[in-house]
Amino acid sequence: MAITLEGDVPIDSVASPPSRLDIAGDRTFRGLTYVFSWMTIFLVLYIVYEIAGKAFPAIQEYGFGFVTGTTWDANRGEFGVFPEIWGTLYSSILALMLGGFFGVSIAIFLTQDFLPPKLEVVFKNIVELLAAIPSVVYGLWGIYVVIPALRPTANWVHEHLGWIPFFETSLSGPGMLPAAMVLSIMILPTISAVSRDALCSVPHRLKEAAFGLGATRWEAILGVILPTSATGIFGALVLGFGRALGETMALAMLVGNSNQVSLSLFSPANTLAALLANNFPEAGKLEEGVLMYAALILMAITLLVNLVGTAIMNRAQRRLSGGER
Amino acid sequence: MIMTNTLDSSIVAEPNTNGKNVVIDCKIRNLYYGKFRAVRDSHIPVEEGQVTAFIGPSGCGKSTALRCLNRMNDLVRGFRFDGHVHFRGKDIYHRNVDPVAVRRYIGMVFQQPNPFAMSIYNNVAFGLRLNRVKDDIPERVESALRGAALWDEVKDKLKNSGLSLSGGQQQRLCIARAIATEPTVLLMDEPCSALDPIATRRIEELMTELKEKYTIAVVTHNLQQAQRVADKTAFMYVDTSDGGRTGYLVEYEDTGQLFEDPKEEYTKQYIRGEFS
Amino acid sequence: MSNQIEITHSFAGVDFPQLERSLRHPRTLVSSLLSLLTGFVTVVACVPLFSVLFMLIYRGGKRLSLSLFTQTPPSAFESGGGFGNAIVGTLTMVGIAALISVPFGVLAAVFLAEFGPKSKTASAVRFCAKLLTGFPSILAGVFAYAAVVLMTGSYSAPAGGVALSILMLPIVMLTAEESIKMVPHKMKEAAIGMGATQTQVVWRVTLPSAMPGMLTGVMLAVARASGETAPLLFTALNSNYWIMQDGNLALMEPTASLAVLIFNFSGVPFESQIELAWAAALVLVLIVLAVNIGGQVLSRKRVTR
Ligand SMILES: Nc1ncnc2c1ncn2[C@@H]1O[C@H](COP(=O)(O)OP(=O)(O)OP(=O)(O)O)[C@@H](O)[C@H]1O
Ligand SMILES: [Mg+2]
Repeated sequence: MAITLEGDVPIDSVASPPSRLDIAGDRTFRGLTYVFSWMTIFLVLYIVYEIAGKAFPAIQEYGFGFVTGTTWDANRGEFGVFPEIWGTLYSSILALMLGGFFGVSIAIFLTQDFLPPKLEVVFKNIVELLAAIPSVVYGLWGIYVVIPALRPTANWVHEHLGWIPFFETSLSGPGMLPAAMVLSIMILPTISAVSRDALCSVPHRLKEAAFGLGATRWEAILGVILPTSATGIFGALVLGFGRALGETMALAMLVGNSNQVSLSLFSPANTLAALLANNFPEAGKLEEGVLMYAALILMAITLLVNLVGTAIMNRAQRRLSGGER
Repeated sequence: MIMTNTLDSSIVAEPNTNGKNVVIDCKIRNLYYGKFRAVRDSHIPVEEGQVTAFIGPSGCGKSTALRCLNRMNDLVRGFRFDGHVHFRGKDIYHRNVDPVAVRRYIGMVFQQPNPFAMSIYNNVAFGLRLNRVKDDIPERVESALRGAALWDEVKDKLKNSGLSLSGGQQQRLCIARAIATEPTVLLMDEPCSALDPIATRRIEELMTELKEKYTIAVVTHNLQQAQRVADKTAFMYVDTSDGGRTGYLVEYEDTGQLFEDPKEEYTKQYIRGEFS
Repeated sequence: MSNQIEITHSFAGVDFPQLERSLRHPRTLVSSLLSLLTGFVTVVACVPLFSVLFMLIYRGGKRLSLSLFTQTPPSAFESGGGFGNAIVGTLTMVGIAALISVPFGVLAAVFLAEFGPKSKTASAVRFCAKLLTGFPSILAGVFAYAAVVLMTGSYSAPAGGVALSILMLPIVMLTAEESIKMVPHKMKEAAIGMGATQTQVVWRVTLPSAMPGMLTGVMLAVARASGETAPLLFTALNSNYWIMQDGNLALMEPTASLAVLIFNFSGVPFESQIELAWAAALVLVLIVLAVNIGGQVLSRKRVTR
C-alpha cells in the first residue's frame, strides 16, 4: 500500500495532494505552451519555405539575371527587378535621412528637459499618433495633399537647377520625392521612440558630470549624451530603415510604378513592395512565380537589415547594463 | 519535476534521536546555489506543536534553511541540496515526491505581505479552491480570518481588494490564507519585519495561539521576539574560513536554555550583541 | 570653451568673471540655435498629423451619413452608396486574425515568461517573434496567398485573416510576455507556497494580474491589423457584396475591407468614389484611434503593486 503524505493530519484539515486532474491539467497546459512556442519558430521557417518554394521555378529559369535585368514585360516573359531594388533602396535611404534627422532631433528635444514634462507628453503622444494612422490613409493624403503641394516648388527647382542630376526631371504627378517624404513620416515614430529609449537610458550621473564641468546643454548633449547612446540610436535608424524597405501602400500609391533607374527626385520609380502590391492581384501563372522571386529578394533584404538592427540593439542593451554596474 | 501524490513504503524514516515528536527533521549536509555553498552541516528538527525560531546574522542561511522545508528553493535555478528533510518520516526530497503536494501540507508566510490582487474573501478561499474544497467555504474563510485575528476588522469589507489593507492587516490576511487549508506546519520568514511594533505584537500573540493547532517554524532577526514566542531556537552563523560565506547551525536548544546559558562562544557573543 | 576661460582667468582682482547669460558668447548662441532648431523640427513633425486629420474631417466628413454604413459601393458613374460591406469585412477578418493570434501568442508568452524564460527554446522563439515584428506586411500577404489562397483555390476572408494574424502575433506575444513578467514575483511565490501547481499559479494569479497589459497588447495588434492593406490585396481581394448574402455566409469568397476600398478608389477619376475613399479613411482612422485609445486607457489601469 502506498503511503501518502497525509499521515495523521488534523481531522479537519482539507489539505490534499493535487488531484490527478490537476496534475494532468498542469502537464497538458505546460505542454501546450511549449508546443505553441515551437510553432512560432516553425511559422517563420514555414513562411520562408513557402515563399522560397514558390519562387524556386522562377529562380531556376531567370537566375541571377533577374536581379540585374531592367525590363518587366509579362507578355514577352522578360523580367528583371533591378529598377525595383534600386527604387526600394533609394526611397528608403531618402526616407531614412529625412526621418532619421527628424526622429533623432525630436527624441533629443523630448528627453533633455527642453519642455515642461506635461508638454513633453503631449508631443510624445502626437508623434506616436503618427504611427497609428494606417499607411493607406497616408497614401491617400499623399496623392491629394503632398503631390499638389510639392509640384510648383519642384518644377521651379527643376527649371532653374535642372543640371543637377537630382532635379533632372519635372514632377508631373507621382514620384520619388513625395513617396520618400511620406515614407519618412511613417518611419519617424519608430526612430524617435527607439532613440528616446536610448537617450533615456543614459545614466543621469553622466549628464551631471558634464554640467558639473561647465558644459552648456548642447555641449553635454553632443559631447556626452549622444556618444553614450550612439549604439541605441544607430539601432533605431537601422530598424527604421527596415521599416521603410518593407513599407508598401504609401509607395504603391505615390511612387508612380515606373520601371526606371534614375537619380532624379522628381521622376516616377518603383519598389519591390509596390511591384508586388500592384502586379500580384492580376498576375498570371508565369508572372506569379516571378513575383514570388521578387518577394524572396525583398524578404532577404529586410531580414538582413532587421537582423543587423536587432543585433545592434542587443549590443546597446548589453553595453549599458554592463556600464551601469 | 516528479508528479506523484503518493510515496512508496520503501522510503524509510530515520528514527527520532531525541525521542520527541519531530514533524520535520531537516538535515542539510551541503546546500548550493550554483557554485556557491550557502549552508552546510545543519541538523534542525522541528517539533510538533512547538514554535521553532531560526536566528543568526544576515546572510547566514536562515531563509534558505526554512525554504528547504517546503521545497520553495526548487524555484531557484542552480539550487542543489545534499541531505534530507523528513516530514512525518518521509523524505520530501525523494525523487518520487511532488513538491507541489509538499507545499499543501507545509504552508508559508513570507517576509513581505503578499496578498493577491483579488478580494479579501477570494484571497482566503484561494487555497480551499486549490484543494477543490466545495463545502462550507464561507465558514472556513471566516474561521481562518478569526484564526488570524483579522475577522473583526474585515468582516464588513470582504469584497474589498486584499491590497487595500494596511501592511499589518495584509500580513494577517496572508496568515489567514495559509491556515485556511489547515496545513500541518506553518513556515514564517521574518513575518514581522515589514510591520510596526503594535502589528508585530499582534502577530506574535497570534503565533502563540496558532501553535495549539499548528507546528510553526519562524525566522526572526528580533531576539526578544524569539524569546517571547519560540520554544526551541536554532542559532546559525556564517563560516568564512574556507573563503566562502557558508552558513551552518551553531546551536539548537530550548529557547530559555539558549538565551540564558548558551554552550557555544559564538552564540554567547551574538545574543550579547557583540556582532550581528 | 577657450573664450570664457580667458576672461575668468584675468586675476586683476577687479575683473569679475562674466556670469550673466549673453547671446554674444558663441557657445551660448550655438546652444540656443540648436535648441530652436530641434524645437522647430518637433513642431514641423506635428504638421502632417494635423494636415491628415484636417483633410479627413474636411473631405471625409462631407460624405458622412448613415447610408455609408448600410449600402455597398457605387459603380463608376453612380453617386451615393456606402461601404457597409467593407466595414463588416474588415471586422470579420480582424476577428479571424485575433482568434488565431491571441491564443497562439498568449500561450507562447506564458512559456516565454513563466515556464522556460531562460531556455534555448525561449530565446529562439523571442528571436523569431522579433523577426516577425519587422516582417513587411506585403510579405505576410504573399505567404497567405501561397499557403491559403493557392491551397483553397479562392480569395477569401480566412486567407486575409491568416495574413493579418501573422502581423498581430508578435505584438500580442511580446506585450503579453512583458505584462506577465510585470506580475510581482511575491504574488506568484505566495501561490506556490500554498501548493499550487505551475498551471494553477498561471491561471489563478499570473494571468488575472497581467490581464490589463495583455489586453493593451491585443488592442494595439487589432488597431494595427485593421489599418493594414497590403496583406489583404491578394488574399481577400475585394468585393462589392456583403459577406452575408441571402442568409448565406459567403466566407470563402473575395471579401471587401475598408483599407483595400480606400486603395482601389484613391486612384480613380470618379469624384463620387474618391469622396467615398476619404469617408472610408475617416471611418478607418476613427476605428483605429478608438481601439488605440482603448488600449492606452487599459494600460494605465495596469496593476503594478
Ligand atoms: N536565490 C538565491 N540565489 C543565489 N544565492 C542566494 C539566493 N538566496 C540566497 N542566496 C545566498 O545564500 C546566502 C544565505 O541567504 P539567506 O537569504 O538564506 O540568508 P538569511 O539568513 O535569510 O539572511 P537575512 O537575515 O538577511 O534574510 C546568502 O549569502 C545569499 O547571498
Ligand atoms: Mg532571510
